[in-house]
Amino acid sequence: MGGQPALAVRGLHKCYGSIAALGGVDLEVGEGELVGLLGPNGAGKSTLVKIACGLVRPSAGTATVRGARAGSADAQRSLGYLAELFRFPDWCTADELLALHQQLAGSDGGAAERRDLLARVGLAEVAAQRVGTMSKGMQQRLGLAQALIGDPRLLLLDEPTSALDPAGRRDVRALLEGLRERGVAVLLNSHLLSEVELVCDRVAIIARGELVAAGTPAQLAHAGGVEVETAAGPRVFAQARREDVPRIVRELVAAGDDVYGVRVLTSTLEDAYLEAVDGAGPAVDA
Amino acid sequence: MNAGVVIARFALRECVRRRVFLIVGVLTLAFLALYGLGTWQVYRTIDEFGTGLAGVEPPTVAGATLVGLAMFATLFLGAVLAVFLTLGVVRGDAERGLLQPVLVRPISRATLLVARFAAAAAVSGAYVAAVALATMILTWAIGGWWPDRVITPLLGLALGVAIIAALSLAGSVALAATANGIAIFMLFGAGLTAGLLGQVGEALSSDTLQDVARVASWALPFEALYQVGLSQLTADTVGFTRLAIDLGPFGGAESASPLLWVWAIVYLALVGAAAFAGFRRRDL
Repeated sequence: MGGQPALAVRGLHKCYGSIAALGGVDLEVGEGELVGLLGPNGAGKSTLVKIACGLVRPSAGTATVRGARAGSADAQRSLGYLAELFRFPDWCTADELLALHQQLAGSDGGAAERRDLLARVGLAEVAAQRVGTMSKGMQQRLGLAQALIGDPRLLLLDEPTSALDPAGRRDVRALLEGLRERGVAVLLNSHLLSEVELVCDRVAIIARGELVAAGTPAQLAHAGGVEVETAAGPRVFAQARREDVPRIVRELVAAGDDVYGVRVLTSTLEDAYLEAVDGAGPAVDA
Repeated sequence: MNAGVVIARFALRECVRRRVFLIVGVLTLAFLALYGLGTWQVYRTIDEFGTGLAGVEPPTVAGATLVGLAMFATLFLGAVLAVFLTLGVVRGDAERGLLQPVLVRPISRATLLVARFAAAAAVSGAYVAAVALATMILTWAIGGWWPDRVITPLLGLALGVAIIAALSLAGSVALAATANGIAIFMLFGAGLTAGLLGQVGEALSSDTLQDVARVASWALPFEALYQVGLSQLTADTVGFTRLAIDLGPFGGAESASPLLWVWAIVYLALVGAAAFAGFRRRDL
């Protein structure tokens, strides 16, 4: 399967009755790439992830995992998945749950793999603890460990940090960065823009079932003008960029203004997101 | 290890850990104790009355009636077990978020259905066979009566609860757990009612009632299998004793043609195919 993207989605449509959840999405996640999937509630993000997992059937279009049709055994062997809303049997222990998924995934990692995964998500001490006695945050960490069983080449994470505290989110970011270094592709569906901005190589924004923007966080967070603090108050040069600053300052000083400070304004990913979602702007780099 | 075996074993381990088997075992012992007490009381009464009825063997009538009653109760208990092991396998577990992490593994949906069916059918089938056999042994030990046939009634019960498990599993694809449980128990009740109508029809020589029972037995073969088992308890009994049994609450059962067993297997396959067709199209 070398040379194939970890995940390739082409013209993906999904209708639930008369409701169109996806209206022709194209998206690719390369090997070792960490792609953030953003969009408002009901935009179709979870549907896209579930189609990639084989849990939902597309109405039209294709989704392939490392060249294999999504939902096929070959595709399932290559991926790990953490759902947004999931539950594990509350009667079994963390270790038993991972052992079950090892058997289902065909992993021969044994107890060593289970120990390693639990350590990586910070649950090394609770291997024998029953799932039902764990906090939501611990269960989410366990979900991550479960998703990593069998060393998947593509990880599909749907809101993986929604129940985690700030320290837990930092741990997950570190985990994702470690996975990227090992060449694992990740599609991260999250509402936390700051988190996506911090770890993702690329961002795809979906609204109303369509891809409305895609690119690196830097590409999406474009320049937003220059603000100069003068004796008369702040003045904004909306079209100016960083390289325009010396010229602007020279002109102001020449005109007799006193300049006390200069700030180059850049829009954040949040600005880009809101702009894309509200205006359904064009894709930067689909 | 085969994924189907893994899933079936996990389902059974869940029953052990949730103490399902412990509770079922304790309550079954209570049921058997009650049955033993009732049987002892019945045979003591028979002994007091003597055996003077012309041509009728009271111990046989009592034994057949008691074991027939026990089979009825055992079928009900087995149905409860089969339904509760399967009522939420698909939609119920999907709504709780339990199913999705399993199905993203490289296992087919058909494997999941077959594994869960096999676990439920094995447990409930073994259960009804064991309990029915225990009641036969108790009846023999207390009253000295032993059924004319043993294997066929036990197989009939086991296959009957396997069919109930399959219906419940198929229902779980479309219905939420509670709705599915209610639907299956209503089907179960409808099947038993149709069977009773058939017995009444036999006693009254009513073609209409017997036709209703016949159609119901093909639509819901667990009832017909139970009836076959019931009839085989006294397969070799004749004369006034036979007549006395037929007039009792568990008399009048008809032994069906061998086609019933074939149909029961085909029925299982058809229910399984319908369940898989529905599950395959289901978005999770």
